[in-house]
Amino acid sequence: MRHFLDFEKPIAELEGKIEELRRTTDAGGIDVAEEVGRLRDKAHKLLQATYAKLTPWQKAQVARHPERPHASDYIAGLIEGFVPLAGDRAFADDAAVLGGMGRFHGRAVMVLGTERGDDTESRVKHNFGMARPEGYRKARRLMELAGRFGLPILSFVDTAGAFPGIDAEARGQAEAIARSIEAGLDAPVPFIATIIGEGGSGGAIALAAADRVLMLEHAIYSVISPEGCASILWRDAAQASVAAEALRLTGEDLKRLAIIDAVIAEPLGGAHRDAPAIIASVGVRIEEVLEPLAALDGATLRARRREKFLEMGRVGAL
Amino acid sequence: MNWISEWALPKIKTLFGAPREVPENLWHKCEACEQMIFHRDLERALHVCTHCGHHMRIGAARRLEYTFDAGFSRIELPRVPTDPLRFRDQRRYADRLREAQAKSAMDDAIAVAHGTIEGHRAVVAAFEFAFMAGSMGAGVGEGIVTAARLAVLQDAPLIVFTASGGARMQEGAVSLMQMPRTVIATRLVKEAGLPFIVVMCDPTTGGVTASFAMLGDIQIAEPGALIGFAGARVIEQTVREKLPEGFQRAEYLLEHGILDLVVARGAMRETLGRIIGLLRVPLVVPPEPEPVVEPLIALPPPEPAATS
Ligand SMILES: [Zn+2]
Repeated sequence: MRHFLDFEKPIAELEGKIEELRRTTDAGGIDVAEEVGRLRDKAHKLLQATYAKLTPWQKAQVARHPERPHASDYIAGLIEGFVPLAGDRAFADDAAVLGGMGRFHGRAVMVLGTERGDDTESRVKHNFGMARPEGYRKARRLMELAGRFGLPILSFVDTAGAFPGIDAEARGQAEAIARSIEAGLDAPVPFIATIIGEGGSGGAIALAAADRVLMLEHAIYSVISPEGCASILWRDAAQASVAAEALRLTGEDLKRLAIIDAVIAEPLGGAHRDAPAIIASVGVRIEEVLEPLAALDGATLRARRREKFLEMGRVGAL
Repeated sequence: MNWISEWALPKIKTLFGAPREVPENLWHKCEACEQMIFHRDLERALHVCTHCGHHMRIGAARRLEYTFDAGFSRIELPRVPTDPLRFRDQRRYADRLREAQAKSAMDDAIAVAHGTIEGHRAVVAAFEFAFMAGSMGAGVGEGIVTAARLAVLQDAPLIVFTASGGARMQEGAVSLMQMPRTVIATRLVKEAGLPFIVVMCDPTTGGVTASFAMLGDIQIAEPGALIGFAGARVIEQTVREKLPEGFQRAEYLLEHGILDLVVARGAMRETLGRIIGLLRVPLVVPPEPEPVVEPLIALPPPEPAATS
C-alpha cells in the first residue's frame, strides 16, 4: 500500500477506487476496463494539477515521504562495485552517514550520504538520518582520503539535521560539523552534493560545501525546519506552512538566490512514484556537472569553490 | 588588496574618546546571586559580579575596550544585502533589523577593530548579543570574512569573541551559507601563518559554534558561558532525559576536551597577549653555515708509487 500525504487524499481515493475495480475484473466480474481507464485519466490529471503547484510546506512533506528513495538507493543505483567504509577511527561508526568508494560511470569516486532508513529497524539503526559527531568525522576522513587519491566526492543529503543529544554535544557535535565543512571546502577534487530529500541545517551543509549543489524538485534545504522556525518566530508549530513559505526552502527559490546550482525534475507525483527514473536522472545530472570539473586541478577547484561561497550574501549576488 | 584601501580605510572610525553611556540606575542586580553591585564597582570589575564571579553579558564596544590596549580603531564593515528573502513573520525582518540598528548604533551583530593587545598587533571581531541575539546572517558572515582579510593584510592574529544564538533564521539558507563562508575566513588566516583564536562568550550556539567558532588554533571560553550546538530544550525533547549538571557550560566543554582554556574576563587581555607572544615568535634567521674545509672522513694517504 502506498503511503499518501494529507494533501493527496483526493488522489488516494481515486487510486483506491481504480484498485477496487481492477480487483473486481480480475475476480471475473463485469469488465470495467473503460471505467478504469476513465478513472486513471482523472487520477493522472489530478496528480498533475496537485503537483504543478505544491506549496513549500507540501514540498516539505514530499521531501520527507517515507517511500522516497534514500541515499542507499542512489548508491545502489548509481555506484558500481561499492566498497563501504566505516568509522571515525576514534569512537564509533555512525550509520546515519554512509560512506564508501565505487565507480560512477566508470570513474572511481568517494560517496557520502545521510541515510534515514526505510523501516522501523533500519530507521533506528541509521538514527533517522541524524548524525552524531562520529558521522561527520567519518565524512571528513573520507573526504580527506578522496583528496589524497584524486577521487571526486559525491554526496547525497537527506537529513533533518545533526542529532541533538547529550552524547553528541559531549563529543563535540559542533566541532565535528565545522571540520566536515572545512574538509569539503579544502578537498582538491570535484565535489558534487545532491539534496535528495531534506537538507536540514548544519547537518546538511556538513556534507554540502561543494562545487556544485543539485537539488531535487521537491527537496527542501533550510537553515531550520519549518516547524522549528514556526515555534520560535510564531511561537506556534502549527504555523509551519507559513514558515515554510517565508524560509524560501525550495529548489526554485534557492536557485534564484544562487545558493544551489540546478533543480532536478522529479517524476509526476514525486520521486517515490518512480525511484528508478529519478535515480537515473540524478545520475545524468551529476555526470553533466562532474565532467567539466574533473578537468580542473585541485588548486583551481578549491579556489573557485571558495570564491563561490564567498560571493554568497554579498551585494550584487542576490 | 584594494578592497580595503578603497572603502574601508577612509571610513575607519576611532572609538577612542567616544562618549560613554551613563547607567541610569546606580545599582545593578546580579542575575546569578541576586546581590546588588554599585555601577562603578561593576564597571571596574569588567561586569563580573564582585560577589559570585558571574560573568555578565557585555556588548561588542565594551568587549573591544576590555581587550585592546588604549587606542584601537574600529572599521566599517561592507554593506550586505539586507533581507534577501523579504522575510516576514509576525513582523517584517526589515523592520526588526532597522530597530536593532537604531537601538545599538551598529549595522549588524558584529564589530571589527584593530589595535594592540599587550603590545602585540591584533584584529578583533566581537559579537553583539543584544543585536538580534547575535545571530549570524550575511552581515555577520561578511564581518568575519572582513576581519580575516584585515588580519592577513596587517599580518596580525585574528581573535573572535562569540556570543550568538546561531544562524539568523530570517535570512534562511543565506544564513546557513555563512557557515562555509566563515570557515573559509579561518583558512585565510591560518594559511597566512597567523593564529586564529576564539573566545566563546555566553551564549554561543548553533551555526556559529558549528562553523568558524570551533576552528580556533586556540579555543578559549569565559567562565560559565553556555556553549553548544543544539539548544537544551530541543535536546531534552529529543532524548527525554534530564540534562547533566553544568551541561554545555564552558567548564563542561573544557572537561570534554573541546576547549583549551577557560579564562576569567579580568585575565583575558593578559592571557591573549601571552599566547600571541608565544605563537608569534619573531623569525630567527639561521646563521650562515660555515664553509666545509675538510672532508668528513680522512682519506687514506695515497699508496706510495711503486718503484721498480
Ligand atoms: Zn553574582
